[in-house]
Amino acid sequence: MTTSAVHPPEDRLEPARPTWPDATGHFGVFGGRFVPEALIAALDELTEAYEAMRVDPAFLAEFAALQRDYTGRPSPVTEVPRFAGHCGGARVLLKREDLNHTGSHKINNVLGQALLTKRIGKKRVIAETGAGQHGVATATAAALMGLSCTVYMGEQDTRRQALNVARMRLLGAEVIPVTTGSRTLKDAINEAFRDWVTNVETTNYVFGTVAGPHPFPAMVRDFQRVIGDEARGQVLEREGRLPDAVLACVGGGSNAIGIFTAFVPDEGVRLVGLEAGGDGVGTGRHAATITGGAPGVLHGARSYLLQDDNGQTIESHSISAGLDYPGVGPEHSHLHDIGRAEYSPVTDAEAMEAFALLCRTEGIIPAIESAHALAGAMKLGRELGPDALLLVNLSGRGDKDVETASRWFGLGDRESVEPGAGMDTDQHPTEGAVTNGDAVPGQDAGSPA
Amino acid sequence: MSLLGDRLGAARAEGRAALVAYLPVGYPDVDGSIAAMTAMVEGGADVVEIGVPYSDPGMDGPVIQQAVEPAVRAGVGMRDVLRAVEAVAAAGAVPAVMSYWNPIERYGVERFAADLAAAGGAGAITPDLIPDEAGAWLAASDEHGLDRVFLVAPSSTDARLRSTTAACRGFVYAASTMGVTGTRATVSDAAERLVVRTRAVTDVPVCVGLGVSNGDQAAEVAAFADGVIVGTAYVRRMLDGTGPDGVRALSEELAAGVRRRVAVP
Repeated sequence: MTTSAVHPPEDRLEPARPTWPDATGHFGVFGGRFVPEALIAALDELTEAYEAMRVDPAFLAEFAALQRDYTGRPSPVTEVPRFAGHCGGARVLLKREDLNHTGSHKINNVLGQALLTKRIGKKRVIAETGAGQHGVATATAAALMGLSCTVYMGEQDTRRQALNVARMRLLGAEVIPVTTGSRTLKDAINEAFRDWVTNVETTNYVFGTVAGPHPFPAMVRDFQRVIGDEARGQVLEREGRLPDAVLACVGGGSNAIGIFTAFVPDEGVRLVGLEAGGDGVGTGRHAATITGGAPGVLHGARSYLLQDDNGQTIESHSISAGLDYPGVGPEHSHLHDIGRAEYSPVTDAEAMEAFALLCRTEGIIPAIESAHALAGAMKLGRELGPDALLLVNLSGRGDKDVETASRWFGLGDRESVEPGAGMDTDQHPTEGAVTNGDAVPGQDAGSPA
Repeated sequence: MSLLGDRLGAARAEGRAALVAYLPVGYPDVDGSIAAMTAMVEGGADVVEIGVPYSDPGMDGPVIQQAVEPAVRAGVGMRDVLRAVEAVAAAGAVPAVMSYWNPIERYGVERFAADLAAAGGAGAITPDLIPDEAGAWLAASDEHGLDRVFLVAPSSTDARLRSTTAACRGFVYAASTMGVTGTRATVSDAAERLVVRTRAVTDVPVCVGLGVSNGDQAAEVAAFADGVIVGTAYVRRMLDGTGPDGVRALSEELAAGVRRRVAVP
């Protein structure tokens, strides 16, 4: 039982700014810039423009107006008592980033970077995307601000997230399926960097997560920290105290950094990142980078990553395209190493159990990514007991995942589906689910082997 | 001392540029790649850039990716690379390892430097490592007397040209066009401008890479650079299946090209 994290509201009303990274982008030993020299000038230009913009009242006003009038901020906090009944009686509050325009937290970052693109005078943006949420958000911001947009997406992801591919194309973006390597997010990032190094004079890279070379991890954090800044105030206002724990899923880690940042100085508040455990960390088929990886360099920064003895990146596996990434943002590696945040894996099956549970108890279809955080709440709630107050970042909505979920639960292959068939939330889905054809629970039902 | 600097200096004394030839270890297999490197040397390569296969070669175009992917899948590692280093040294060229940073960091920076020096390697070219992040490598390469080659690009400021070249030993790699590796129809004017700007801030030899595929282009670059770096064109010969004979012939053509320039600068 740890419910000692009761902070009176007058304790500290305004969340503090983190003291990291340093001037060259290092979070402790992590971060930095591991990129070809050809990109340094562009990264310097971005850093300089961002540092100027960050304190420019005109920019801050424009950004705030977009967040309010376009995204729909602030996003609400919703208490979910019926879901919490499966969390050991702990109370559970959801930060509703799923209600943002475009359906996830990704829009927060993209609006900031699109404004920055306009400020440095570039007319074209590129982006990588895994689940498609960052790609959709970037395509949206590009349409809003009259920028040309190209999105790189692993071919495997274009299949399992076909809805988001269609959305991006409707928004006027060019979507390029990436057929190299594992054909997922990591390879999409490689292709986006190749595009950027070739077209850097005209193009800005709108990076989607708190990874990559400096200034991306710090800049994306700053654009995403609105999640935690809002939530901290909302929880204090309604509860008169801070939560005992803040939970979020971690792929690259932008939604987690977004909600964690405001709480980092609140030492009594546990910060819990849930990594994609895939088939289980012991199977080797997972994306739990901090749990199962080691420090190294990937995609421009030093951080934990999944790698073999030769330093080759190991392909990750997760039912969730948005978490299917063998790296993680350097600030998470730092928070892990200094012991300020804890990271643990959630398997595909556990995530899908939580996914089904939230659908059926609260009428909210979460993104499968966010369902990892919900599964973490189910475990932590049982550990902390009925007095605990948990804040979970519901980073996105699950419309894009309906097909994957239907196949996982064996829905849609019968004329009529018994209420709850295959979604008996008291059972392990791999036992309770009836599957069709070649879709085998426990494997990535959304992609052919 | 600098093995690369000595060889480039010898070429300059002959009134020509040096031929710097790249192949990755492990395509079609380790022995096949080593045989091809030996053939490149027989055809006239002065320096061989021995590529370490890497799963995420963000600076390489599709041709090099195509050769590297099977080598990564086959588990080719630093031990194989060191064997290639020994073979190239035995064939009479100067071996330099070309590696993205993570394979070196994973192997251990100090251990890499010690083993590379023991194998007869000159040093390493590190395309995604900038001197700002290279503390451990600067120390280890000093300790073991190894060359270290960093990249400069057309977008580098004069201040960065100064700080980067100050950290280089052996040569400076001028990435002549903005973009990834691959052959190009014409050699960009940007290459010569970059070499001129680089020479203004350093006495370290400057080699030009990214885009050269034939003897005429090699001669064009040789007119203003200390060395001509050729990678993708060699890899394409390997992918075409022409093997050691194909790369030997290409070396002969390129070696003639780097000797065709008219005047010593």
